[in-house]
Amino acid sequence: MSATSSTIVNLPDQRTATIPKKNYITAEHGLLSWVLTGDHKRIAMLYLISITFFFFIGGAFAGLIRLELLTPQPDLVASDTYNKLFSMHGIVMVFLFLVPSVPATLGNFLIPIMIGAKDLAFPKINLLSWYLYLVGGVLTLGALVMGGVDTGWTFTTPLSTHYLNTHVITAGLAIFVAGFSSIFTGLNFIVTIHRMRAPGMTWFRMPLFVWANYAASILMVLGTPVLAITLVLVVLERTIHIGVFDPQLGGDPLLFQHLFWFYSHPAVYIMILPGMGVMSEVISTFSRKRVFGYTAVAFSSVAIAVFGFFVWEHHMFIMGVSNYSALVFSLLTMLVAVPSAIKVFNWAFTLQKGSITFETPMLYAFAFIGLFTIGGLTGVFLASLGLDIHLTETYFIVAHFHYVMVGGMLMAFLGGVHFWWPKMTGRMYPESISKLSAIVSFIGFNLTFMPQFILGYLGMPRRYHAYPAEYQVLNVLSTAGATVLGVGFLMPLIYLAWSLKYGAIAGNNPWQATGLEWQIQSPPLTENFIETPIMDHEAYDYEWLAHKTEQEVTTVG
Amino acid sequence: MHISPVLWQFLVKWLTNSALFPREASTIAPYADALYFFLLLITIVGLVLVGTLVFGFAIRYRKERNPVATQVEGSTLLEATWTIIPLALFLIVFVWGALLYFRIYNPPTNAMNIYVVGKQWMWKSEHPGGQHEINNLHVPMGVPIQLTMISQDVFHSFSVPDFRVKREVIPGRYSTVWFEATTPGTYHIFCTQYCGTKHSGMIGEVTVLSPEDYKKWTEASTSGMSLAQNGERLFASMGCNACHSGNAAARGPNLAGVYGSKLRLANGGEVLVNEAYLRDAILNPSQHVTAGYAPIMPTYQGQISEEGLIDLVEYLKSLKTNYRVQQTLTTSESNQAAPMTPEVVKP
Amino acid sequence: MDNTIVATHDTHAEEHHHSLPQLRHHFETEEQQREAGTFGMWLFLLTEIMFFGGLFFAYLLYRNWYNPAFVAASNQLSIPMGTVNTAILITSGFFMALAVWAAEVRKQSLLVMFLILTTVFGCAFLGVKYFEYKEKWEKHHIPGASFDVSEFINPPVSAKTGKPIEEPLSPDMARKTQIFFVLYFAMTGMHALHMIIGIVLLFWLIARARKGDFSSGYVAPIENFGLYWHFVDIVWIFLFPLLYLINRHPGT
Repeated sequence: MSATSSTIVNLPDQRTATIPKKNYITAEHGLLSWVLTGDHKRIAMLYLISITFFFFIGGAFAGLIRLELLTPQPDLVASDTYNKLFSMHGIVMVFLFLVPSVPATLGNFLIPIMIGAKDLAFPKINLLSWYLYLVGGVLTLGALVMGGVDTGWTFTTPLSTHYLNTHVITAGLAIFVAGFSSIFTGLNFIVTIHRMRAPGMTWFRMPLFVWANYAASILMVLGTPVLAITLVLVVLERTIHIGVFDPQLGGDPLLFQHLFWFYSHPAVYIMILPGMGVMSEVISTFSRKRVFGYTAVAFSSVAIAVFGFFVWEHHMFIMGVSNYSALVFSLLTMLVAVPSAIKVFNWAFTLQKGSITFETPMLYAFAFIGLFTIGGLTGVFLASLGLDIHLTETYFIVAHFHYVMVGGMLMAFLGGVHFWWPKMTGRMYPESISKLSAIVSFIGFNLTFMPQFILGYLGMPRRYHAYPAEYQVLNVLSTAGATVLGVGFLMPLIYLAWSLKYGAIAGNNPWQATGLEWQIQSPPLTENFIETPIMDHEAYDYEWLAHKTEQEVTTVG
Repeated sequence: MHISPVLWQFLVKWLTNSALFPREASTIAPYADALYFFLLLITIVGLVLVGTLVFGFAIRYRKERNPVATQVEGSTLLEATWTIIPLALFLIVFVWGALLYFRIYNPPTNAMNIYVVGKQWMWKSEHPGGQHEINNLHVPMGVPIQLTMISQDVFHSFSVPDFRVKREVIPGRYSTVWFEATTPGTYHIFCTQYCGTKHSGMIGEVTVLSPEDYKKWTEASTSGMSLAQNGERLFASMGCNACHSGNAAARGPNLAGVYGSKLRLANGGEVLVNEAYLRDAILNPSQHVTAGYAPIMPTYQGQISEEGLIDLVEYLKSLKTNYRVQQTLTTSESNQAAPMTPEVVKP
Repeated sequence: MDNTIVATHDTHAEEHHHSLPQLRHHFETEEQQREAGTFGMWLFLLTEIMFFGGLFFAYLLYRNWYNPAFVAASNQLSIPMGTVNTAILITSGFFMALAVWAAEVRKQSLLVMFLILTTVFGCAFLGVKYFEYKEKWEKHHIPGASFDVSEFINPPVSAKTGKPIEEPLSPDMARKTQIFFVLYFAMTGMHALHMIIGIVLLFWLIARARKGDFSSGYVAPIENFGLYWHFVDIVWIFLFPLLYLINRHPGT
């Protein structure tokens, strides 16, 4: 391979290479060995399969929503059905896909390896959290099969407690249980990161992916229980009319909003922070360069987590909260935008003086930077009090959070899955078709959600089954984009499955990356490391890697 | 390629009738749009900046051109730059947005008040002159209009995109919003807070009329009874005047001229009497006992509809003397007609 | 909540044939395992604080809004029963602390005895709680359809003074007493649920202690359970003044 080649991929000789006989996949056999496993890598794979399943269920709902909105009239489904569609889309995507997506799959697989540990601190709790997720998922499907729920994912009282007779309690219970799954994941990560680091692995030698997941874990551990107790109160209100959120009995419906958003705003940082962690790894690897301003990026994750707890009221600016509290929360929201800006610029400057190649994960990273920049800056529109009045509860906000959640998190998730696919399975994904799918997703995504910004400023309210005829052109564009986006998301499912059997054998370190996970075999051993690693260099130290490779070549040669 | 003329005509009509930017039909709209365009500018500049950096570096430092990366730790100066500049911009946006917020949510004192009641799934507007409308709101152009809104059931949200105003309509408490329409025409009213099955059917129209047309409309569509007159009838039929008679020995405080005054309460607090206070004092009287009076008033929670409460509030607002209160009282006493226990009144 | 079971459960180990029997394979040293377990427990308790935090927030808000109703409703709670229960719970916590000590000094029979005493006092607490709840049930003070406010509007007349024992509430304020009882039952109910889970865990710990599992220097489960049990005590130490004591009328 010449120095001027446009790729860094370095695969072993395919004629002689084999997947290591002994690895975490072949360690034990049979279904029971998977569903009773304590191995963080196997649990990560269980999670990967389950969240993919729920992603496509949630995606199917999104498809039906977009299909209905093709015409201004309510003609494809009945109003109640439409309401159930967007409610189930929100519940499935938020609680069963986005919240666990990167932490429970990639985080679970990689965090112990990245810090040089043999497993997470509490393997059984890790398995339990997957079972809780599964129970949450089954309850959600149960609510779906019994006829669905139409509260919206926000469960606004008193609508959810007094006015709907769908399966609110089942759905609430599902989220309650799934919430504990995410509490346990977060708890496990925090303890592991504090107590299980290998010798020499100081806090500031940890990969930024670990920092980002650490910050997200704090939010999970502190935020989720508040949602849990809120849902308990909603269920009690619904079953025995206790009056705690009912204005008729002296309760305050705004209290529900406060409690709900106290979790659900930090929840969006739970969703995006791990994605940001993926970005730091990918961008560094494909630029052959240490992340620019490592400390700034690490601390910005923590800053987002801390500030993220004090901005929840910005979901309630038009709800008659005191003008002065609105001022405070708007100011804090402006502040939380700064660490995100810091990250984006640091990623951009990581590229400077790098040696950049454009493999699929990097394409997803570019998509992430662009879409997240738009998503983040449109968040400032909504944080500014006066403009929020016009924009909130319209398609503008729908577009904004999809730019952050889908354009940001989902792109990061897909980028991460491609990036670590060789590590998780031992085989490469097919490069050209996956580049195509990244580009298709990017185009489809923009076509879907860019028109929604315009629709939002026009005033089209979210969760509308029917809409005035003059909004149709933009809605048709959006639906067309959703179709393209759907293709972009289906493609990886197919070719990644294909690559499990036919993909090229990846070897230990196809990307020439520096993380500890790349220094061990792919797929890793159950114990991860043969002997406990000693971290004697900084994170992203490419000179160390070059030196090490050189040594290996000399020894072998 | 040949396109059939029918299809072509359809496409042209379809595209020309589609909207891209909302009309600016209130005095607030230009202010909101100014901030919007400022933010749009920031977004585009930010996106171009990030895009230039990313693509510039990606091309300049691609592996073919730059086979070996140069390791750089970071730069405190640069970190400070991209902390302070965005922070400064965001703070400008914060101040600007806050000013706009106060403009939209603090009505001018001379605003004309219209009541709006939201319920699944319709908007009912009640004009002071007694005009009732459903899913419609007629307003004069060039006059500040304040809407005092309440929901009968769940959260709704009253939104007129072309005016750039919106406010949550909440069960159990009044919320207000104001606007001054600048152009005659009809504009969408949307309920933007998800409120159940027919959420997307909870739409209506604001009709902005020239002052003359508005006058004609008010005269043509009055029900003959103003809100205050309805309220007076309700006041008497509920027996309110038995205690609130305005006499020195009355068991309830004198209500004439109470609206807009500062009231000292039994618990030592002082309140400004506005619509929300009057409504709340009828429903939760023991939390609003005027100093010097015993907490003997029964609650009317669940006995008067929101429209009835609006009538009563309007009546109390219009009550300047106790003359008519006492007149009614004498009549009702002589007839023994005033019911002593409140009964359910559903107009 | 079953999560607590696992939180304490997993911090100790299955038999693995390493140098130390309870050292799990993925920990380097026994010390590391013990620290991880304790740290995990503390984090879990932090989660629990946030869980109760939502209820405390609601309590503060409504207490502020409906102070007279909260005062009148809190007068319905029995201070003697509450005090006795506080004493019982603190005693139970004391025995738990002794149990931790007994495990640390490897005295098996003492450990078993202290764990049993902890359980007995825990059950006694729930017993007293049962009688308190029963009284509320009889007085129709359980929130819901059968909630009855008449006692707050027309308080019973005291035989001695001939005056009502309580200041009567107006009907609209009396309705708000339901909110007090909602919070009372939600908070003490959640607390009782934590007690029940704790007692189930205690039975399991006693069984293991009798087998001698904790008599050879492996005390992590006892220590971590101790943390949990003390946390449950502390929650009560906040609940008791907030629900029973603050702002009562003197002499009632």
